[in-house]
Amino acid sequence: MDYLQLSYLQVGFASLLILVNAAISIWLRLGLERSLLVASLRTIVQLLLIGLILQSVFQFDQWYVVIGILAIMTMIAGITAVQRNQRRYPGIWLDTILSVWVSSWAITAFALFVVLNGIDQWYQPQYAIPLMGMMLGNTLTGISVGLNSFTETAYTRHDEIETMLTLGATRWEAIAGPIRHALQTGMTPIINSMMIVGLVSLPGMMTGQLLAGVEPAEAVKYQIAIMFLVASATALGTAGSVLLSFRRLFTADHQFLRSRLQLKKVAEKR
Amino acid sequence: MNATPIIGIEDLSRRTSDGEILLAPTRLDVFPGDRLAIVGKSGSGKTLLLRSLAALDPVQSGELRFLGQTVHGNQVPPYRTDVVYLPQRPVLFEGTVESNLQLPFQLKSNAGRNYDRQKIMKWLETLGRDASFLSKNHENLSGGEMQIVALLRAIQLDPQVLLLDEPTAALDEGLTASVEQLVDCWFEAAKQQAALVWITHSMNQAERICDTLYRVDAGRLSPPEPNPRGE
Repeated sequence: MDYLQLSYLQVGFASLLILVNAAISIWLRLGLERSLLVASLRTIVQLLLIGLILQSVFQFDQWYVVIGILAIMTMIAGITAVQRNQRRYPGIWLDTILSVWVSSWAITAFALFVVLNGIDQWYQPQYAIPLMGMMLGNTLTGISVGLNSFTETAYTRHDEIETMLTLGATRWEAIAGPIRHALQTGMTPIINSMMIVGLVSLPGMMTGQLLAGVEPAEAVKYQIAIMFLVASATALGTAGSVLLSFRRLFTADHQFLRSRLQLKKVAEKR
Repeated sequence: MNATPIIGIEDLSRRTSDGEILLAPTRLDVFPGDRLAIVGKSGSGKTLLLRSLAALDPVQSGELRFLGQTVHGNQVPPYRTDVVYLPQRPVLFEGTVESNLQLPFQLKSNAGRNYDRQKIMKWLETLGRDASFLSKNHENLSGGEMQIVALLRAIQLDPQVLLLDEPTAALDEGLTASVEQLVDCWFEAAKQQAALVWITHSMNQAERICDTLYRVDAGRLSPPEPNPRGE
């Protein structure tokens, strides 16, 4: 494989383009200068840092180091998914982190042991880390969108849910509508990207492979596999988190515990 | 009086997480043929009591029994078709009056039972309404009409107990009379096998509709007072 290695000077040229954003912000008084500066610095520092970490992980090439990195990545994804949720309930942290964990690890394991059957070791960082990254990124989006929709609908449509209960509905029958809506909302982004993949834009991973000199036909095979892996991880994670929260919001006696749903600000104060 | 109450609660209580009493340990039996009124100030615990009878809220202690048997777990949904709670503000779902009336029959608890249009029509006729009411969209109903639909939706299930939480609080005299008339029709048809518990702010209404009166104050239920109707 052959590709042009970038010098820091070349990266610097690209970075200068942030001045375009800055100029627009100043010209139209958007007040984004400070955010742009912070965002630029974070991009540089965070990526340099992860570059250093990955460099040493790749050199070390031990299963426990890779597992450690994957675990940290998963925790960060889980925490981020909760933070994006506008309503909280007791147990949301455990439910969400568990959903992110189980879905992304199960599908990544399937990818490493079944789809990529033939790699030297399952824990090869070259495969395990980027695969997990893609699972987590998409699962995180699915969960936060799906869970947000579920908790918000359950809260605002509480009177409909309760009316169903008073007419003899089971807890499942009473909340089935909001659950379906939440799962559809959570899975729509990945379905949409499967619809347009290759037509409007090339996915990041495929672009990366092409830049690194991989044959387009090879890069495409990887991308197809990844799309399906990501779609199933998203579905598993979204369904898991919504179903776990459903169990927290109802008792075994089919009673709806609406007061458990609190706005993020209120829940954080407690 | 029949020996077994339809519903009975024993030492049922609720507190806030700070320990404040919402409902002190309460005992109440509802027998076939009972017409109970519950009166009390706002916030005294009337609604909590009624919701507890419908098993809608978790309780800290005590027991709810239906025909002598404790109600819990998966017995709760079918129980709620025998003991139906009607809230102050009726909730209808998108669609026509008739689709709202058909809704309960799509639930597992009502499997094997079918929507009976004739039964509904009979009730509507007593209120002076015709079949065109059934095809009205829920958005075009007044508050009182919505309450009538919610009441029809409840009584068509032939409940053994109807729990009414101030259903006429926001209605004018005419619609209040319609609601009372409909409840009477259902009660008479049940031939002393059913019972009703009605929360009201109006002593006049309590006198019109109930035989026994309970007062609730600061989460405590007073002993029953006879309240002969029509005297």
